[in-house]
Amino acid sequence: MSTELTESQELKSTEINKYDFKTETTAVFKARKGIDAEIVNQISDIKNEPDWMRKFRLEALEIFESKPMPKWGGDIDLDFQDIFYYLKPTTDQGKSWDDVPEEIKDTFEKLGIPEAERKYLAGVKAQFESEVIYGSLKKDLSDQGVIFTDTDTAVREHPELLREYFGKVIPSADNKFAALNSAVWSGGSFIYVPPGVSIEFPLQAYFRINEENMGQFERTLIIVDEGAQVHYVEGCTAPMYTSESLHSAVVEVVVKKNARCRYTTIQNWANNIYNLVTKRAFAYQDGTMEWVDGNLGSKLTMKYPAVYMMEPGARGEILSIAFSSKGQHQDAGAKLVHCAPDTTGTIISKSISKNGGRSSYRGLAKVEKGAVNSKCSVVCDALILDDASRSDTYPYIEINEQDVSMGHEASVSRIGEEQLFYLMSRGLSEAEASTMIVNGFIEPLVKELPMEYAVEMNRLIQLQMEGSVG
Amino acid sequence: MSDVLKIVDLHVSIGDKEILRGVNLSMTEGETHALMGPNGSGKSTLGLAIMGHPNYNCTQGEILLNGENILELEPNERARAGIFMAFQRPVAIPGVKMADFLRHATTNVRNPERKEGEDLIPMREFRKEIKANMEQLQMDSEFARRYVNDGFSGGEMKRAEILQLAMLQPKFAILDETDSGLDADAVRLASQSINEIGHNKMGLLIITHHDKLLEHNPPNFTHVILGGRIVETGGKELAEELHAHGYDRIRKQYPEAAKVNDESEAEAEAVV
Repeated sequence: MSTELTESQELKSTEINKYDFKTETTAVFKARKGIDAEIVNQISDIKNEPDWMRKFRLEALEIFESKPMPKWGGDIDLDFQDIFYYLKPTTDQGKSWDDVPEEIKDTFEKLGIPEAERKYLAGVKAQFESEVIYGSLKKDLSDQGVIFTDTDTAVREHPELLREYFGKVIPSADNKFAALNSAVWSGGSFIYVPPGVSIEFPLQAYFRINEENMGQFERTLIIVDEGAQVHYVEGCTAPMYTSESLHSAVVEVVVKKNARCRYTTIQNWANNIYNLVTKRAFAYQDGTMEWVDGNLGSKLTMKYPAVYMMEPGARGEILSIAFSSKGQHQDAGAKLVHCAPDTTGTIISKSISKNGGRSSYRGLAKVEKGAVNSKCSVVCDALILDDASRSDTYPYIEINEQDVSMGHEASVSRIGEEQLFYLMSRGLSEAEASTMIVNGFIEPLVKELPMEYAVEMNRLIQLQMEGSVG
Repeated sequence: MSDVLKIVDLHVSIGDKEILRGVNLSMTEGETHALMGPNGSGKSTLGLAIMGHPNYNCTQGEILLNGENILELEPNERARAGIFMAFQRPVAIPGVKMADFLRHATTNVRNPERKEGEDLIPMREFRKEIKANMEQLQMDSEFARRYVNDGFSGGEMKRAEILQLAMLQPKFAILDETDSGLDADAVRLASQSINEIGHNKMGLLIITHHDKLLEHNPPNFTHVILGGRIVETGGKELAEELHAHGYDRIRKQYPEAAKVNDESEAEAEAVV
C-alpha cells in the first residue's frame, strides 16, 4: 500500500480559465492578411532562406491553390484571405527565459512551461504565433550530438541533413493543408538523435496562438537514427475569440533501424480554432513509432497520425483520444500502412462526445502486396454522454496480401444510469461521477503517458466535463 | 439524540407499475431490522427507493431522516446525510480505481458541505484507514488498485460493498442480500464484519433469504413484506420461523397481499 493509491487530480476553481487569456504584445513584423505569392516571398525574405526553400514554398502555393477543399471530414468555413499568415513576435530567440520579452515570458509562465522544464524535461521549444521564441536543450544531449532546434534555424545550420528528409515523408501535394503549410510554414521543431543515443526525459514543444484571425503553420521534422530513442511532447493553447483562427501543421518523422520514437500531443486549442494537421512517420527495420494523440480543444480537428512500416519488423502504435463538447467536431483517427513483411500495427481509439459535441473516428489500415505475416489490430471505443451528442466511425481497411492478421473492434456506449447512480449513492455529485466514469474510460490510454502528462490529461478532461474550456 | 429513519405510507412505482403500496417502517440508530419476503415482494425496491434510484418513483408518502423528508434529495445528498446501501449486484466502473473512488466517496460523506474540486482527505490518513479495513476483511492490498467491481467475483463484490460500509460509516445502512452467492466461510466473514462495523452503532436494514447473516446480527425487528406492503412485524423469532418454514403461513394469513405478489412476480418473469 505504499505507491498504489493514485493522487487524485482535482481542479481548483481558479484554474478554470487558465488558458483563456490574451497577452498584449507588439509584433516586430506582421504580414498583411491573405495568402499569395507576395506573402510567401515576404516570409522567405524575412527568414533569409536559400533559393531551394523559396522554390519549395512557391510550388506548394500553386498546389494549394489548385487543390479543392476536402469533401469529407468536417465543415470548414474559412476565408483564406481573412487570415494573418505570418507574425514575428520578437527579434531574437531566447536561450534563457530572461532573454524572452517580459509579456511573452509571462504567457509561458502562466502555462507552466519553465517550471515543467526545470522539473522533468530534457529540452523545450516555445512557439508564440509564427516563431519559436525560446529554445533549450540539456548540455549532455548536445554534447552527444543531439540536435533540437526550431526548423528555421535548421534550414540555416543543418541544411544537408534537413534537406535530405524535408517534405519527403509528407510531400506538398499530399493534401490541400499540407500544401498550405509547405507554402507558409514557420517555426516548429527539428530534432536529430544520433545512432544509439537514448534520451531519457521528454523533449517538449509548446505552441501558443495569441492573436485573432491568426494562422500558425509550424513544421516539424524528427529523425531518429539507428538504435536511438526519443519522446517528444507537444502542447498547444490559445485564447478564445469570436472569429476563427487556423492551425495547420506538418509533422514528419523518420524512425530508422531499431530506433524508437514516441510523439505525444495534448491538443487543447480554444474552440474557435480549425486544427488541420498532417502527421506521418516512416518506420524502418525493427523500428517503432508511437503516436499518442489527445484532442480536447479546437472547433474542428482533422488529424490522422500515420505510420508507414517500410521495412521488416517495423512497428506502429497509435493511441488516440478525442473529446468533443458543444460546438466541437473531432474528426480524429489514425493510419497504419504495412509496406513490408512481419510488420505490426495497433490502433486504439477512445472518443467521448458530450453536450452536442461530435467525435468521429476515421482510420485506415492498409496492407500492401508483399507485406506477408503482418499483424494489424484496430480497436475503437466511443462514449456518448447525452442524446444531443454524436459519434461516428469510419474504418477503412485495404488488404492486398493473403497471409496477414487483421482485427477490428468497435463499440459505442452511453454513460450508464446505473453507473451514475452507483457513484452518486456513495456521495459523489453527478458531475464528479460523470468525470470519474469518463476518466475511467480513457484510463487505459492515460496510463501510457508519463505521470506529468497523465495529470495534465485528467485535468483537461475535468475542464471539458465542466464545460469551461475556453 | 438518536438518529431515526422513518418511512411513512411509501408508494413506489417503476414506470406505471406500482411496486410498493404503502410501506411504514421506523428504525432507530443501533437497531438491526431484518426485511424478509418472497421474490417480487418489493424488498430491493424499498432499498433503492430509500437510496434515491432515479427509476423508482415515489408517488406518495415520505421518507424522514430525523424528521426531515429526504425524498427530494439526490442520491449523493442522501449519502452525505448518512444513508448507505450495499447493492446486490453492484455495477462495474471500468478504469476507475477502488482507492480513487473510495477517497472521493469518503471525503464527500465526511464533509457533506464539500464543493467539487475542494481538497480530498489527506492521502496518508485515507491510506491508513483503508488498509486497516481491508485487512479486517481479508482483502489483498492489490484490491485498492483494481477497477471498481470490474471482473470481481461474487465474493469480491460483496466484500467491496462491506469495505465501503466500513469507510463511509453511515447512520443507516441497507444491506441487500450481502450474503448471497457466497460460500459458508465467506458468509461468516461477511456477517462478522458487518457486526463489527455496524451492529449496535448504525441502523441496519438487512435484506436476506438466509439465516447466517442474522446469526451474527440478531435483528431487533423482523419485517415481512408481501405484495408491496409490510404485512407483519415481529422479533428475532419471526425471522427464525420464516427460515424454518417459509412463507406459507404468511401467504395464507394475507391472501390479498399474496395475490398481488404473485401477479407482480409473474409479470417480472414475463419481462425477463
